[in-house]
Amino acid sequence: MSRTVSRRKLLAGAAAGTAAVAMRFPAPAIAQAAPFRLGLLTVKTGPLAQGGILMEQGVLTYLKEKNYTLGGRKTDLFTADTGGNPAGAKTKAQELVERDKVDAIVGPLAAFELYAISEYITQQKVPTLSLAAADNLTQRTPNPFLLRASATSSQATQPLGHYAATELKHKRTVTVSEDFAFGHEQMGGYQAAFAKDGGCVVNKLWPPLVTPDYTPYIAQIGDCDCVCQGFAGSNPLRFMKQYANAGMKYPVLAGEAGADDFLLKSFGDEALGLVSAAPYTLDLESDGNQRFVSGMLKNFDAIPGQYAALLYGNCQVLDAALHAAGGDIGDKEKFMAALRNVSLTDTPRGPLKFDHLNNVIGTIYIRRTGREGAKYGLKLWNKTIKTYENVSQFWTWPEKEFLAHPVYSRDYPPLTKC
Amino acid sequence: MTFWLLLTVNSITFGGLLFLLSSGFSLIFGLMRIPNLTHGSMFMVGAYLGTTFLSGTLGFTLDFWAAAVIAALEVAILGALMERLLLRRLAGQQLAQVLVTLGVSFMVADLCLMGWGGDPISVATPAGLGGFVRAGPAVFPLYRVAVIGIAVVFAVALWLMLERTRLGAMIRAGVDDPQMARVVGIRVSRLFTIVFGLGAGLAGFAGMIGGPILSVYPGLDQDMLPLALVVVILGGTGSLLGSFVGSIIVGFIYNFGQALLPELAYFVLFLPMVLVLVLRPQGLFGGQVL
Repeated sequence: MSRTVSRRKLLAGAAAGTAAVAMRFPAPAIAQAAPFRLGLLTVKTGPLAQGGILMEQGVLTYLKEKNYTLGGRKTDLFTADTGGNPAGAKTKAQELVERDKVDAIVGPLAAFELYAISEYITQQKVPTLSLAAADNLTQRTPNPFLLRASATSSQATQPLGHYAATELKHKRTVTVSEDFAFGHEQMGGYQAAFAKDGGCVVNKLWPPLVTPDYTPYIAQIGDCDCVCQGFAGSNPLRFMKQYANAGMKYPVLAGEAGADDFLLKSFGDEALGLVSAAPYTLDLESDGNQRFVSGMLKNFDAIPGQYAALLYGNCQVLDAALHAAGGDIGDKEKFMAALRNVSLTDTPRGPLKFDHLNNVIGTIYIRRTGREGAKYGLKLWNKTIKTYENVSQFWTWPEKEFLAHPVYSRDYPPLTKC
Repeated sequence: MTFWLLLTVNSITFGGLLFLLSSGFSLIFGLMRIPNLTHGSMFMVGAYLGTTFLSGTLGFTLDFWAAAVIAALEVAILGALMERLLLRRLAGQQLAQVLVTLGVSFMVADLCLMGWGGDPISVATPAGLGGFVRAGPAVFPLYRVAVIGIAVVFAVALWLMLERTRLGAMIRAGVDDPQMARVVGIRVSRLFTIVFGLGAGLAGFAGMIGGPILSVYPGLDQDMLPLALVVVILGGTGSLLGSFVGSIIVGFIYNFGQALLPELAYFVLFLPMVLVLVLRPQGLFGGQVL
């Protein structure tokens, strides 16, 4: 006898099942019946694609773990590839909002992309959880529809400056980073915090984003105790190698992207001894991180760094806020308040909460690159050597005092005589 | 003192690498009258293919030099195929050919992203060249000095090829006056395929040779292409001597410009190009192959 079930029978069965479920549980509010529409702005083509693909993997890992349910609502994901440029980000944000009717956006990756869509998301009132670290959007010119659960550019380098001055006892630093907002803000934060604890930045070097060979810049480094690099993407790899090849011996410090864990598989011995500060570390032994890392390994066979971890965290925050709001996102202002009130303990990066300007307060990890403790088949490992808890974007300055000075830039803080 | 020495050696090294990249670009430009905008992609593909042979993902590993040569041959074949199958169909329509090369460069970039992923790949310095050379107070990586030697060897070989062989004579004739070359019985269209393949192969080889210095990453193509363009405009299209001198000049300007006038690094790099275009549009050595 044939065991095939006809489509009609199947449908009838399904309908009966649904009816049974509907009878057993009280019918949910209509708003909750519709799936939650989540938009992801990321980069899947071009030079920034590597980070963008990791972002998507972070989001998918969370959604898979939660069976595509956020705050009790079935979730549909809409992914858009901005190509890593501001114009693309604007077009794709419009596409997500107007065509796909998304309820919230996670992403985009780069600061200039976020600046490009900042006004638009305010007009359209789309809650946006960004990765991009354009400092001023949660500082002097806050955007009410932006929640930054990642970190500002300077949030990790300020503790790094403190660590360099107080624990490593460095007095003089040369900073080198890409000549764009992320680089300026990172190095500005380092310089301000380093100077606060008695250190002095001797020279600041700004290679363009596209610099195949850093040797001309490396040749200008001298007369210092350490070098602080704030490179992003694949640039740290090249910088560290060319630095070692030039026979340089000053110890190197790095910002969050300069020693990202996903680079560990590509780094060679030149990265040994690199001290970095980051809001996420693969090294963190917690259930939240364990769950995240094994999800990434299982789903994508990828060893994650902060791009994936912070996007996973964004989804967790969104999930928690949706729960708190009972799945209702009709009132966007109220939902933003729910997002701001989220306080989690079990994220891949550890505990996090938010300040009144929608920026995250969380742990910053100081790591040293070495061989000890390496897992997942890696040869190198970023081992945590100190943690700073509850670090805000203002570091230890009072908010008023911090906001009174201009945003960190190429020329602020200025170079002083050492 | 160390500063100047380091920069000088580095300028020559970078110039050598640029020569490997731009000599082919220049010959293609001179012969076919099109700037081949896939040239950066060929550099990158050569590097990616080479690293694949080194990594052992294919079940075997090759020595660095063998990997570089095989990668170069593969890229040469790809280049010849592209000329034969795409550009040939657009013969005589230079604008269309340029646009096709641009389009192909985008496609190659995304194919590489799919094939090798977005992670930067670090290329190990070949065995025996990992050390340093000391000259007084300065220390130079041995590999960078070796790159200079490789560039010189290639420059001499290309010169001999162009000067002493029948093929070279035909290329020179084609660059000088393609119509006349056809009239005297040179199959210029076949020459196009050969030169395109040769140029592509040189770019692919340069990619692998540049690997230990630059590493391989998405976007490498777009980093290198403008430099090749500057070299060729400066030196003159179709001129071997021009691309040699142009490469060394650009190597120096690029290194010293970034070190001494970092704010104006790009300005300083493109300024000589603008001057040459205004004052001597054919380039320093334009119109002569050698």
